[in-house]
Amino acid sequence: MTVESTAARKPRRSSKRTSAAKTPAQTPEGSGPQLVQLLTPEGERVEHPDYEIDLSADELRGLYRDMVLTRRFDAEATALQRQGELGLWASLLGQEAAQIGSGRALRDDDYVFPTYREHGVAWCRGVDPTNLLGMFRGVNHGGWDPNTNNFHLYTIVIGSQTLHATGYAMGIAKDGADSAVVAYFGDGASSQGDVAEAFTFSAVYNAPVVFFCQNNQWAISEPTEKQTRVPLYQRAQGFGFPGVRVDGNDVLACLAVTRSALERARRGEGPTLVEAFTYRMGAHTTSDDPTKYRADEERAAWEAKDPILRLRTYLEKQELADAAYFTALDEESETLGKRVRDVVRAMPDPDRLAIFDHAYADGNPLVDEERAQFAAYQASFAEEGN
Amino acid sequence: MAAEKMSIAKALNESLRKALDTDPKVLIMGEDVGKLGGVFRITDGLQKDFGEGRVIDTPLAESGIVGTAIGLALRGYRPVVEIQFDGFVFPAYDQIVTQLAKMHARALGKIKMPVVIRIPYGGGIGAVEHHSESPEALFAHVAGLKVVSPSNASDAYWMMQQAVQSDDPIIFFEPKRRYWDKGELDTESIPGPLHKAAVAREGSDLTLVAYGPMVKVCLEAAAAAQEEGKSIEVLDLRSMSPIDFDAVQTSVEKTGRLVVVHEAPVFYGSGAEIAARITERCFYHLEAPVLRVGGYHAPYPPARLEDEYLPGLDRVLDAVDRSLAY
Ligand SMILES: Cc1ncc(C[n+]2csc(CCOP(=O)(O)OP(=O)(O)O)c2C)c(N)n1
Repeated sequence: MTVESTAARKPRRSSKRTSAAKTPAQTPEGSGPQLVQLLTPEGERVEHPDYEIDLSADELRGLYRDMVLTRRFDAEATALQRQGELGLWASLLGQEAAQIGSGRALRDDDYVFPTYREHGVAWCRGVDPTNLLGMFRGVNHGGWDPNTNNFHLYTIVIGSQTLHATGYAMGIAKDGADSAVVAYFGDGASSQGDVAEAFTFSAVYNAPVVFFCQNNQWAISEPTEKQTRVPLYQRAQGFGFPGVRVDGNDVLACLAVTRSALERARRGEGPTLVEAFTYRMGAHTTSDDPTKYRADEERAAWEAKDPILRLRTYLEKQELADAAYFTALDEESETLGKRVRDVVRAMPDPDRLAIFDHAYADGNPLVDEERAQFAAYQASFAEEGN
Repeated sequence: MAAEKMSIAKALNESLRKALDTDPKVLIMGEDVGKLGGVFRITDGLQKDFGEGRVIDTPLAESGIVGTAIGLALRGYRPVVEIQFDGFVFPAYDQIVTQLAKMHARALGKIKMPVVIRIPYGGGIGAVEHHSESPEALFAHVAGLKVVSPSNASDAYWMMQQAVQSDDPIIFFEPKRRYWDKGELDTESIPGPLHKAAVAREGSDLTLVAYGPMVKVCLEAAAAAQEEGKSIEVLDLRSMSPIDFDAVQTSVEKTGRLVVVHEAPVFYGSGAEIAARITERCFYHLEAPVLRVGGYHAPYPPARLEDEYLPGLDRVLDAVDRSLAY
């Protein structure tokens, strides 16, 4: 068959088929029985038969504090980008509950594989938030030791880390340990072959991994319907493990569902896919202009489901926190903001020779030679300057 | 349209528009190419004017994008796919290298693979990792693929037209840090062939060979050298596979000296290929060994170090001096 012969043929696509392709994906709204919710947008506590959770006042306030401080950190980073201190920033605005809820479900010996937006999870792992900024300032490609907090480096290439997470989990199982792994990724990432392969491997090897997909509705300009025709959580079924959709703006539900999935993994029952149904309130990154592709009303509708506001309402209604508590937290937020600002502004540019650092663990004569040439060349300018 | 001044980005946009307009089999595919018009706005407005059936927002899957483009090409379409950034082409590398490149040969020439893969490449825009790579040698090494890169608006426009019309798969590297550089574009003048090099500046003492983002640096270097009385010829290669060795040879026979400049690491890079061939062809004309200027054998550094990593005016002039000192 040659190209010419097919090109000459008339397309046989019927109008019926064209219109069939246009029917909206059967993605249900983020509500109804398939959505696990424990705290409504109005701040009412509701029960779910499969996901019980009983938290002390301290723990509830802790979750609130985590979300507030994470949002404050994120806002500071966005501001620093605007001031030219960072080259880029990927904001988590709106996704605090998904990240804090899942992050607080983890044990110290669990391991996290994030994408590039998991600032709230990093916070829960105890990673100093200023460590997250080096990459966005352009002074390093990561800048923390993943093994200090069992929090892997941010991953830019979409979906790759789900395979790393699966392999790590396979290692845990081999070691006979009872820790587990969480792999974070987005709705867009769910289209990548790597993610499908991670699902396959984790199912086949019964790996103790939780796939935590934050469906924030957008992959840059593309809505979830451009990635999938079925709700994402349902995809797990075809791979042979459970999938569950949780209200991603409900920190209690995210905590309960992730905890349950982690327990399942620890019991040796294999992977779970959690789809946190949430919303990216800001731009994809500071380089993006969402007015090009989405309506303002959409954001407004999601603002009414704000994860922080609903927990605040609950805390206030139940009298679990008073005005003094909120004032003190505001002050703590400001202190955090200032510290982040100061640390970033004082962050030095790396030494020029750092280009050659760590290219190899065992060294390489070519790198040594190029480093020496580079150093001599740079030094020649200093001499000329004299 | 007569001659006008236009950015490379706009020239590419106009060229894709013309390609869609001219041939109903041409399709644009990629992530965010529709409503957003691509993260660099190269496809701006095209979906609005040609519809979602011609300008297709794809799922976020590079292997899927290239793999389905291969299928569409088998069916008689001419897909022009966008890979959002250089560092994200690798999920599609398997499809490009093991399938796209070899299909024509495997079918003993009976099928053609008119697929263009557009990749914004190279550094200099202060991006985070995987957004500034120069992987051209990895593609040029693969038989069956053709690899090109324009350095100015006119070439961007015309080379894209020619790439879309080519029946071979073309990796079209767009120098992203030059997207906003303006140049003359005459949409009526008849251009030279796609894989022919161009003399960007005449000179007699030494030849600088470059392509894509480094052509501008070399032209600046030649201008600076002129002030010191050195006459530098700058050759814009335009195509990294095939390479117009005749043009390089002609220039080197005139000047006797050659420096190859690219952003990609020097080790196993396109400069090595050019140096080897030209040494074979012009051994008795060369007054100095062929020198190479490029990136180091190290991962592309964080943004704050890229000015040190990328060859700039000084490093090019330094190589010119070293060559002339022989
Ligand atoms: C393999 C690959 N392709 C393309 C990109 C460019 N890119 C960065 S983020 C993004 C959208 C990701 O969307 P999603 O997975 O939903 O995560 P979100 O950013 O919304 O959290 C794209 C296309 C990339 N980083 N890696």
